[in-house]
Amino acid sequence: MLDPINLIAEWLRGLLAGWGLAPGLINFIMTLLGVLLIAIFVLVVDIFLVWVERKVVARFQDRLGPNRLGPFGLIQPFADVIKLLIKEDITPDGADRVVYNIAPILALATVLVLWAVIPFSPTMLGSDLNVGILFFVAAGAIGTLGILMAGWASNNKYALLGAFRTVAQVVSYEVPMVITLLVPVILARSMSIGDIVKGQSLWYIVLAPVAAFIFLTSAIAELGRAPFDLIEAESEIVAGFHIEYTGMKFGLFYAGELLHALTMGALFSSFFLGGWRGPGVDAFPLLGVFWLFVKAFFLYWVIMWVKYSLPRIRIDHMLNFNWKFLTPLALVAMMVTAVMDKVLAQASQIIYAAGMLAANIVIIWVTLYILRSYAHAERQRVAEPKPVATPELGKASRN
Amino acid sequence: MVPLSWYLIFAAGLFSVGLFGVLARKNAIGILMGIELMLNAVNVNLVAFWRYREPAGIAGQVFAVIVFAVAAAEVAVGLALFISIYRRRNTIAADQIDLMKW
Amino acid sequence: MVTSIQILFILVAIITLGCALMVVTARNLVHSALWLVAALFGVAIVFAILEAGFLAVVQVVIYIGAIAVLIIFAIMLTRRIAQDSGPRFNENWGWAVVIALVLFAALGWMLASQPVAHAPLAPMDARADPLRSLGLALVSINGYVLPFELASVLLLAALIGSIVVAWEMK
Repeated sequence: MLDPINLIAEWLRGLLAGWGLAPGLINFIMTLLGVLLIAIFVLVVDIFLVWVERKVVARFQDRLGPNRLGPFGLIQPFADVIKLLIKEDITPDGADRVVYNIAPILALATVLVLWAVIPFSPTMLGSDLNVGILFFVAAGAIGTLGILMAGWASNNKYALLGAFRTVAQVVSYEVPMVITLLVPVILARSMSIGDIVKGQSLWYIVLAPVAAFIFLTSAIAELGRAPFDLIEAESEIVAGFHIEYTGMKFGLFYAGELLHALTMGALFSSFFLGGWRGPGVDAFPLLGVFWLFVKAFFLYWVIMWVKYSLPRIRIDHMLNFNWKFLTPLALVAMMVTAVMDKVLAQASQIIYAAGMLAANIVIIWVTLYILRSYAHAERQRVAEPKPVATPELGKASRN
Repeated sequence: MVPLSWYLIFAAGLFSVGLFGVLARKNAIGILMGIELMLNAVNVNLVAFWRYREPAGIAGQVFAVIVFAVAAAEVAVGLALFISIYRRRNTIAADQIDLMKW
Repeated sequence: MVTSIQILFILVAIITLGCALMVVTARNLVHSALWLVAALFGVAIVFAILEAGFLAVVQVVIYIGAIAVLIIFAIMLTRRIAQDSGPRFNENWGWAVVIALVLFAALGWMLASQPVAHAPLAPMDARADPLRSLGLALVSINGYVLPFELASVLLLAALIGSIVVAWEMK
């Protein structure tokens, strides 16, 4: 097994021990180096994401996108970053300075922290927490706090209103997301994301497509991207909770949003698409990083595809969709998975997979049946002729 | 190794600060925040005793989880009450919501 | 000999107590709520030092992610403009200080003088999985399934009750 990263780490550890440092200090320095490496790598990919976003949206809209700076416009994100850095750094009058300045840092930090629990390859994992899934939920929970801080500290009632709507949406869509996250936990028998990827000899999207769909939908709603982007609806409340942010602080929010989308893509691929699994990973563990990012970028492309194809959803439709459709569906999917797991516990892998897939298809069929009959009843109710006041009726009642 | 007494003194300190908040704050939500500090101190105590005395048994952690649930329920109902009171009386200062005193 | 974990615990404890003091003495109520978030995070770190990783993460999810957000919402919905600069203590705050100090001294002295408080750390089996035993204990008949179910009924009652109480009657 050729594993260059671990070989370099071992050599560095030996070097530090050779200098006579205490083992605790060596551990601390190695951990610090690991943190720096992951953070720098992820942030560099984040800059690249700005380019991907603009080029792909351009192609969806049948135009070219930035193509002047550098080959295929690759230098464009650097120009964007320089523009944001040289803008004037203002704090609105009456705003709470400390809270106003901390909010964008919190928004980016809670996304960056998620990369500590995503397994990059069979031998590379930031921190194999045995409660990795809960850690992911916790980071999302702190993110909502950053949004509230931003909205309140701007001393602007539209920012505050936007922050309320955003937090209502994010907190509501956390519920089906957390419930469906229990499905990979049941299938892998562990809450650690490393174990979930290790248990995916057969990708979980085959065993639990309903859970994958619900996770993708609630992830798109958590991100605040279209069709759930009423929180930054430019035609309605002009950028929502980050109205008053300019320059690099806005850059932090924007970069945080794009990085959050890629992180959700990486997490979806770890939970349902097999993470770092792919041909050739047994021989070269470093190839795992490549496969993970291929899948993460594919998911990122799917999220953008949804964004640039669907219109915005109104806030009451969005909340109805969550509480009346996604949450019951998530509960049903989790219960069916748990029951099928107990029933098929002793079966061979093929029977297990076939049983789970069949149960999911039954759920999908029943859901579509219920939706169709509901739509049928709605159409019949709307098509009934209602009595309309006409002059003939009035004359008939007067005589 | 951190002696158990340090955890207990820390929890006692947190509890006392929370108690001061409950007794001295005027705003009802300030009082609720003091109550949250007290509940957290209790949780620290429970988990410290669990770890230091019998980590194989699970009663300490179960008790802490139930305290989490009770605290969440209490905060939800308390804040609903405060919002309802604010709508009626336009204030939530605790010394102005005294309809039952002379 | 002060070990590094002792230094870490002292640091976290002092910062958390400082944040808790700021919670009860801050003039601006939203600042008070943000200091509460910091204090709750400090308690989560203390849980992590105590090797209760699950509880640390659950503390962040429930307290910071739900309860603190709820408190901040309620503060923003019940604010009056003149309120942020008014007196924040009622007229009995002197007695409150006395009671808090006396209670702290009594608790501290009583707890530190117990012999159990100086007992050594009970060894935790490295192979034991507290998460697994917690999960099993919460649903086993010989375990704690009854408090678990009662807690879920309590949460359901609180959910319905708070919606009914805060419903805006038109």
